[in-house]
Amino acid sequence: MSRQLSYGLAINEAMHQLMERDESVFLTGQGVISPWYVGNTTQGLFDRFGPQRIVDTPVSELCITGAAVGAALAGMRPVVIHPRMDFMLLAVDQVVNQAANWHYMSGGRTKVPVTVRGIVNRGGEQAAQHSQSFHALYAHVPGLKVVMPATPHDAKGLLISAVLDDNPVVYIDDRWLYEETADVPEDFYEVELGKARVAREGKDVTIVATSWLSAQALIAAQGLADEGIEAEVIDLRTLKPLDSQAILESVAKTGRLVVADGGWRTCGYAAEVIAGVATEAHDSLRAAPVRVTLPDVPAPMSKTLEAVFYRRAEHIADGVRAVLGLGRAGSREETDGFAAPGTEVSYAMREAVK
Amino acid sequence: MKSSVGDARDLPEETLLGLYRVMQLIRRAEEVIADLLEAGEIKCPTHLYIGQEAVAAGVCAALRADDIVFGTHRSHGHYLAKGGDLDGMMAELLGKETGCARGRGGSMHLVAPEVGILGTSPIVAGSLPLAVGTAWASLLRGDGKVSAVFFGDGAVEEGVYHECLNFASLKKLPVVFVCENNFYSSHLILSERQPVDNIHETAGVHDLPGFRIDGNDVVQVFDTAKEAVDRARAGLGPTLIEARTYRWRGHVGPNWDLDKDIRTEQEVRSWMEKDPIKRARESLLGSGVSETDLRQIDYEIEDEITRSVEFARSSPYPDATALADFVLVP
Repeated sequence: MSRQLSYGLAINEAMHQLMERDESVFLTGQGVISPWYVGNTTQGLFDRFGPQRIVDTPVSELCITGAAVGAALAGMRPVVIHPRMDFMLLAVDQVVNQAANWHYMSGGRTKVPVTVRGIVNRGGEQAAQHSQSFHALYAHVPGLKVVMPATPHDAKGLLISAVLDDNPVVYIDDRWLYEETADVPEDFYEVELGKARVAREGKDVTIVATSWLSAQALIAAQGLADEGIEAEVIDLRTLKPLDSQAILESVAKTGRLVVADGGWRTCGYAAEVIAGVATEAHDSLRAAPVRVTLPDVPAPMSKTLEAVFYRRAEHIADGVRAVLGLGRAGSREETDGFAAPGTEVSYAMREAVK
Repeated sequence: MKSSVGDARDLPEETLLGLYRVMQLIRRAEEVIADLLEAGEIKCPTHLYIGQEAVAAGVCAALRADDIVFGTHRSHGHYLAKGGDLDGMMAELLGKETGCARGRGGSMHLVAPEVGILGTSPIVAGSLPLAVGTAWASLLRGDGKVSAVFFGDGAVEEGVYHECLNFASLKKLPVVFVCENNFYSSHLILSERQPVDNIHETAGVHDLPGFRIDGNDVVQVFDTAKEAVDRARAGLGPTLIEARTYRWRGHVGPNWDLDKDIRTEQEVRSWMEKDPIKRARESLLGSGVSETDLRQIDYEIEDEITRSVEFARSSPYPDATALADFVLVP
């Protein structure tokens, strides 16, 4: 019989199973024993594995992340948590300059099996420095792998794969998914890094999505089915290395592409996906692709502004209609029109007065 | 300054001879490297250690073969003192496939895991957290290893330096922080960067011992490092050593930085008079080692260096098709 588990508890179960199997795994970062920093994802670990292996830390992101990298160089498999990705920027030197480059610049003579877990925690009027998702930044850097699970199943399997991988892996989970509940095997299992998941099959349009927006894409696809549009949804799961094959195969079938990503528009991950399809499979495209991303605006505070800042299922559905030429006049611009100076404001104003 | 001044008479002759040999190897290898830089045979950014040899030699002599070392952009000395292969270093500087980092790192990224050198980094203070981490791994595993990290006086100005001293002290990690205070960060003198010349005192606020020593006295360096390493291995936590020394050559390359209004010839000469190798040599001669014995060591070193340059020159470059090797562990 299948067993249901929430996304947060799936992460928790992965940590329990990793730590009971492998003495070299330990967990550190700010708030790993806090009642609120990391949700329920570390519950029971301290009581079970003790203060040597579950280490809450001083407020020193750079030192602690670098120390995890150093421990990995010495053969451990540390997991270092940043309860908010915003604060993880303080540790960028150790992730980008050190962890990502160390294997290469040592000519392959060292390796860094560290997992850097960043939590995206946004909404609820948290404003610009408590809301950001920097997955595109890390995906830019050679030597790093980047994963973003969208389901409880993958939250567990990708964390296990990340920790067992011999490379530095940035694992990004999303607080908006923590209560999502679905089938999660009780076994210790891996989800292969670099493999996307076809979350729903369809023939009319391909929606490529990341993390929480993958779940939103499925909601959008369900609604679109009522309008007679069959959307295929690809949940990327791993951003680096990108599963280009899965995307190209789908676009070859549908000829239309919408990319939904929870990062900003400019130099964002959606741009990378579209660039890949445009250069590798331009002939497959029957319409210009659409990206559904955050506008190039810092995360706002007031709820009226938040309501128009974040992308949801309805924006993805609008994007699909636009790429099929079925949208209202201007819908393409509204979904994909944030590049022109000033359009962010006018768009936000139009939405806010609705 | 640390009260117990190093005294060569307390050391077995064999130990002091070993220290002399390592210092002389570093000095002569780097003088040859300076020639290769001037000749354009070495092109990568290369930071010479000449003048500071006693620090690397003294600290590494206090470490076990399986202890771990991290360094900086100026780490030829650390690499050789810890037992890194000279051929591998020379080939690395020339960008060859036989280099210690297979021509992917160069002078600033020396590595020799077989002797505990897990890497060096020019990001100022960048390798301090790594040494804290290897020491943390040793504590968790109980493997008895000590980690040592070398850095310059500029690293003390980075916030992460204090993060590292704080965390290492809090967890009593087996790590030795070795600050080589050569009074210059690139072109800028210490007094233009720090209000007080008190690096060793930064240990106090983090509750670890801090020693200021004469970094040109190899015996004092060795004694102090031994105490720090023993303390770390006994589970008593980290130590900070501020070794005051001087690099004879300029910040980078073979030049002396005398033509740029950075420092005076008089200042350089005053430090050359405190030459750590000359001091060790005089000490050895005073204790009865013969001039002939020392010359024999010098000849062996010259031979070793000559062969390493030949090895590097005759080695192949990395194959262009291998550009993307080592980006990820397969």
